[in-house]
Amino acid sequence: MSHSPSATHSKFFTPGVWVMLVFMFIGAVAVAARFTWGIGSVTNLDNSHPWGLWIGIDVATGVALAAGGFTTSFLAHIIGRHHYEVIVRPAILTAMLGYTFVVLGLLVDIGRTWAIWKPIFSWNTNSALFEVAMCVLVYLHVLYFEFAPTVGEGIGGRVKTLVTAVTDKIMWIFIILGVVLSCMHQSSLGTLMLIAPTKLHPLWYTPLLPLLFLTSAIAVGFPMVVFETTLVSSSLKLDSEMKILTPLTRITIFILGLYMVLKVGDLVYRDVLGYLLDGSTQSNSFLVELGFGVILPWLLLITPGVRKSRGMLFFTCCLIVGGVVLNRINVFLVGYHSPYAQTSYFPAIGEIVVTAGLIAALMFLYRLAVTFLPVLSASKQEVSS
Amino acid sequence: MKLNRRNFFKLAGVAGAGALATGAKTAEAWESKAPKDPFGCLVDLSRCVGCRKCEQGCNEVNKLLPPERPFVDMLLLNEKRRPDANSYTVVNRYFTGKSDEQDHLLPTYVKIQCMHCQDPACVSACLVGALTKKESGAVHYDVSKCIGCRYCMVACPFEIPAYEYFDPLTPRVRKCTFCFERIEKEGGVPACAAICPVEAITFGKRSSLLDQARTRMKKDPARYIDHIYGEHEVGGTSWLYLSDVEFNKVDFQDLPSEPIPKLPETIQHSLFSYLWSPIALFGVLSVVMANAKSKKNKEDES
Repeated sequence: MSHSPSATHSKFFTPGVWVMLVFMFIGAVAVAARFTWGIGSVTNLDNSHPWGLWIGIDVATGVALAAGGFTTSFLAHIIGRHHYEVIVRPAILTAMLGYTFVVLGLLVDIGRTWAIWKPIFSWNTNSALFEVAMCVLVYLHVLYFEFAPTVGEGIGGRVKTLVTAVTDKIMWIFIILGVVLSCMHQSSLGTLMLIAPTKLHPLWYTPLLPLLFLTSAIAVGFPMVVFETTLVSSSLKLDSEMKILTPLTRITIFILGLYMVLKVGDLVYRDVLGYLLDGSTQSNSFLVELGFGVILPWLLLITPGVRKSRGMLFFTCCLIVGGVVLNRINVFLVGYHSPYAQTSYFPAIGEIVVTAGLIAALMFLYRLAVTFLPVLSASKQEVSS
Repeated sequence: MKLNRRNFFKLAGVAGAGALATGAKTAEAWESKAPKDPFGCLVDLSRCVGCRKCEQGCNEVNKLLPPERPFVDMLLLNEKRRPDANSYTVVNRYFTGKSDEQDHLLPTYVKIQCMHCQDPACVSACLVGALTKKESGAVHYDVSKCIGCRYCMVACPFEIPAYEYFDPLTPRVRKCTFCFERIEKEGGVPACAAICPVEAITFGKRSSLLDQARTRMKKDPARYIDHIYGEHEVGGTSWLYLSDVEFNKVDFQDLPSEPIPKLPETIQHSLFSYLWSPIALFGVLSVVMANAKSKKNKEDES
């Protein structure tokens, strides 16, 4: 299969793009309020709930859903399954934008935005957060480096020659580094909440949390690729890439299956099954996460025909992506119990519009990139009258 | 050129395997970093009369903003308060069912502040090391390092650190300082302990406070319940409590005796000491990648 990504040069200002711009504008207003009157003015965060939607979605979920980047580059570049090459560029683009927005989300969330550079010089190696911060910082630049050839090709001429000269010989280092750094911080994001054994609900608090975070990140990598590829090829009216996606998700059966075994085995081993049916918000949220986010999509994936049907595969992958999103929300928000809270936490409008604005900005930049840079390989659909 | 590169891959593989071997060895058992002979305070709930003088003393010494309602306003005791960005300590009142001879319900007053854990979760959590445990026993916050991530607040089992949520650019984490500047001077006593009119707060070396607590319990076993809160909780805290009512009736939590940082620090160090696992993974992946490449080159040639 030939690998010839090209810019789509589709019409850019579609109604969808205008909707994104509106979301971005509203989000920007809330960000301006945050930097004028403080975090408290736009969020429901308080001393009992120091972390909210911005950490749960923008950071924890953002990192997990960007896992398509390192999983596809592992598949195509490291173990040499070159027929998957076509999905690497869009996945790297998503990861690059995803991590950029993780950092932007952090800049809004941390109290002293201007001090974001301090962990580079002031280390506490006992802290899982220190490791996460360092890995995200380095990996973000690794992703920029991995994406540089695409930008070079897009500009063409001398720039392309220059970028190729710089990146060609050493790209392998960055490809491997990307996988190594991802494994490190995807797992350490799970270690984060192990510092709060009395606050995190026993359904999620397990020494296995780092491993569960890593496995679920790897498991969500390819479904995320399916999710975006399907959306993008529908939106830009490109040929469907089922020839790639069907075999790709065969791999997911094993990884998602492993995650399922680990997660259920952990519950049984720690003897906390009793919490599953106590009717609390936490237990219901866990049941949805496990049932609709892991078990159901796994059963669908092993069903013949599902992986061949574009609609069914998209649905299944939405479930897997939703399951990982819910897992991160559960670990950081739903499962977090404050011993002295007088009110429970629910995100404020201000938090929601900032998160929505960031996601809209990410989609906007994605569309901008695939329109003008050689990212996507699928050809335009023949116009049928 | 190609040969060199392949050699490099091999070397990387060997380096990786080496790192794997040493890494497995260096994953040592976790050790407590608690100071050997820290100061502490012993709070005797059976003595406290709820006068709120400790709140006032704390406010003055730490130059906090004047309170919205004066410290003599005892109506505040009708609500349950928590320490916040402008009050490092608060006193709450509980009616636990305890009563005097005339069947009048007797209140129990509980002063809350940072417990100054021996192995503090916040110190372990803080990515930049803005929080440290001093030899004196004080858990110290250095605002010049803080980035405002609030992970310390997530980590604290006592839910003590408070945040200046309405400061847009330079918010600080706020909590009891254990008057570290005062206690590190000869004869220095924390403001709250110094001002307490009924000696409900005793300042001293943690070890001697534990002895004193046991002596009081032995002298008057009917008065006290048999538990020094903070002796073992989360591996021990510098602040200790004696009580005449069950601790869980006055909002103290049942906490494990294991220091909280033990599990996450053990995981971090077994996985990442000397970066052995990333180096090993890098080595293994280099070899895999080189093999895949040479295989493809052969296929292309044939």
